[in-house]
Amino acid sequence: MRNSKVVSLEEAIKRSGLQNGMTVSFHHHFRGGDKVVNLVMDCLAQMGFKDLKLAASSLSDVHKPLIEHIKNGVITGISTSGLRGELADAISHGLMKEPVVFRSHGGRGSAIASGELKIDVAFLGASACDELGNACGVPRSEHAKSICGSLGYALPDARYAKHVVVITDDLVPYPNMPQSISAADVESVVVVDSVGDSSKIAAGAIRDSKNPRDILLAKQAAKVIINSGYFEDGFSIQTGTGGASLAAVKYIREEMLKRNIKASFALGGITAHMVKLHEEGLIGKLIDVQSFDKVAAESIARDPLHQEVSAVEYASGQHLGSATHALDIVILSALEVDVHFNVNVLVGSDGIIRGAIGGHQDTAADSALSIIVCPLLRGRIPCVVPKVTTLITPGKSVDVVVTEYGIAVNPLRPEIAERLKASGLKLVDIEELARKATSIIGMPDSLPFGDRVVGVVMNRDGSVLDKIYNIR
Amino acid sequence: MKNSVAGTLESGDIMVTIGPGEGLQVELQSSVAAQFGRQIKAVIIETLEGLGITDARVEAVDKGALDCTIRARVTAAAVRATGKDVWKD
Repeated sequence: MRNSKVVSLEEAIKRSGLQNGMTVSFHHHFRGGDKVVNLVMDCLAQMGFKDLKLAASSLSDVHKPLIEHIKNGVITGISTSGLRGELADAISHGLMKEPVVFRSHGGRGSAIASGELKIDVAFLGASACDELGNACGVPRSEHAKSICGSLGYALPDARYAKHVVVITDDLVPYPNMPQSISAADVESVVVVDSVGDSSKIAAGAIRDSKNPRDILLAKQAAKVIINSGYFEDGFSIQTGTGGASLAAVKYIREEMLKRNIKASFALGGITAHMVKLHEEGLIGKLIDVQSFDKVAAESIARDPLHQEVSAVEYASGQHLGSATHALDIVILSALEVDVHFNVNVLVGSDGIIRGAIGGHQDTAADSALSIIVCPLLRGRIPCVVPKVTTLITPGKSVDVVVTEYGIAVNPLRPEIAERLKASGLKLVDIEELARKATSIIGMPDSLPFGDRVVGVVMNRDGSVLDKIYNIR
Repeated sequence: MKNSVAGTLESGDIMVTIGPGEGLQVELQSSVAAQFGRQIKAVIIETLEGLGITDARVEAVDKGALDCTIRARVTAAAVRATGKDVWKD
C-alpha cells in the first residue's frame, strides 16, 4: 500500500528520534500476558539507549526482565499504577536511585492530558492494525493471534505522545474500522509474532472465589448496597477485582431480579460477570476502560452498548465529564484500611510493593457510595489497622468498610449508617475492628524501613499523597 | 528424643520440626517475620517450657499461623518427639 507505515521495530525506534533521557510509554491491557514491554525494552537496550524513563499504565510479574535494564542504566525512571512480583520486590529493596511515581489510572490520564507527564514515544500493543495505524484490541481477521478488548489506558498515550508506534501481531487490510487508536495519531506500525498471551489477561488479581469467607463478605457487601439508599432503578455500579467484590455481583443480581430494578451502566474494568448481567438486560450499558477477561474482550468486539473509554473519560479528576462522576456505587478491595478509613492497596504489610492503585482513588472519590470489602485478617496479617503502611485512598472518600467481623460506616456519612441500621444490619466502630484484629494476632513490631524513598504516591490532583521507603 | 514433625506449609499453618538439642534453640522462617517473628519464637519457647522441655532444637517454617495454631503444632511435634502423651487425663 502507498504510504505504508510498516517498518521493523529498530527502524521505528530510529525514526522516532528517541534519545537518552527521554520517556517511553506502554499500556498493560495484556496484563500478565504482556510481551510488548519486554520486547521493546530489550531492543532499546541492544541499540545502546540509556537513562530512559518508562511511563507504563501498570507493570506486573511478567516484567521481571526490567530488573537487568535498571541495573544496566537503560531505565532510570518509572511511573506506573502498580508493581508486582520480583521487580516490585527489588524496587522495594532500593534497586532504583529515582523513586517510582505511582498514579491512579485517572491520575495518569490527567497527567498526560495536562502535559505533566510528557511522553516522547509510545509503544502500543494492538491485536489488529492496518498499514496506516488504525488499531484495536479485538480480532479483525481469521489470522488474529490475540485479544485484549478495550485499549482505554493506551488512548491518552496515542493522543498526546509526541511519537506513536503501534505494535501488532495481526496486520489487517486498510481500513481497520472501527478503530480504537486512529491512524492520524500513529507514526509507525511494527508487526511482531505476538503482542501478548490473551489467556493470561485474567491471571493476576482476578479469581472467582469459592472461599466461604469471601462469600460471607460478598453477601454482607450486597446487603449494604441494597439498603444504602442508592439501590434504585437506573443506578450505576463498578466492582474491583477482589474475589469478594466479584461474588457480590451475584447477590446483587438476585435482588435486582426480585425487585425488578435495572442498572443504567457498569463502569471500569469490565468482567464476565458484568457482561452476563448486561446480556440479561439488567445493566443497560457497559463503559469499559479495561476488559478484565476474555468474555469481556469478546463482548466489546460485538456489542454496540459495550463501549471503550479512555483513562481520561473514565476517571480523570480534572475533567468533570469523566464517568466516575456519574457513578453511584463502587465496591473495592484493600490490603489495609485504618481507623481513619484511609486505604492502602499498594504496599504489603511486609513493606514490599505488591499491588496497584488502579482506579481505587478515582472511584472512591467520585462515586456516591464507596464500599471497601476486606477480611479482618489474612493469615496473621491484619487488614484493619491503626494506621495504613502507605496512604493510597484518603479516608474522606471511603464510606463503608465490610469485614467478616462487622460493617463500619465512616462518621462522615451518618445518613448511610442510619439506613443500614434501619434495615437491621449491625454496625461496629472501626476502632473496634482494629482492636479485634490485635486481640487475635498481637501487636505487630514495626517494619524495618530504611531512609531512602523508593516510591512516591500521587493523589489524582497531582499532589504528593505519601512516600514509600526502602525495606531492609 | 527423636526427630518429629507436625503441621504443614499451607497458608495460615506452621510446620514445626523438633529434635534433640542443648537448651532451647529455635530457628524460624516466617512470611511475617518482620512483624511477628519475635512473638512467634516466644510462643514456641513458652509452649515447650510448659511441656517441661528444656533441651530441644526446633525448626519452624511459618506461613502466617495464629498463636493457637502455633501452640497446637508445637505440642503435637513435642509429643511425637518425646513419646509422652500430654493429652491423656
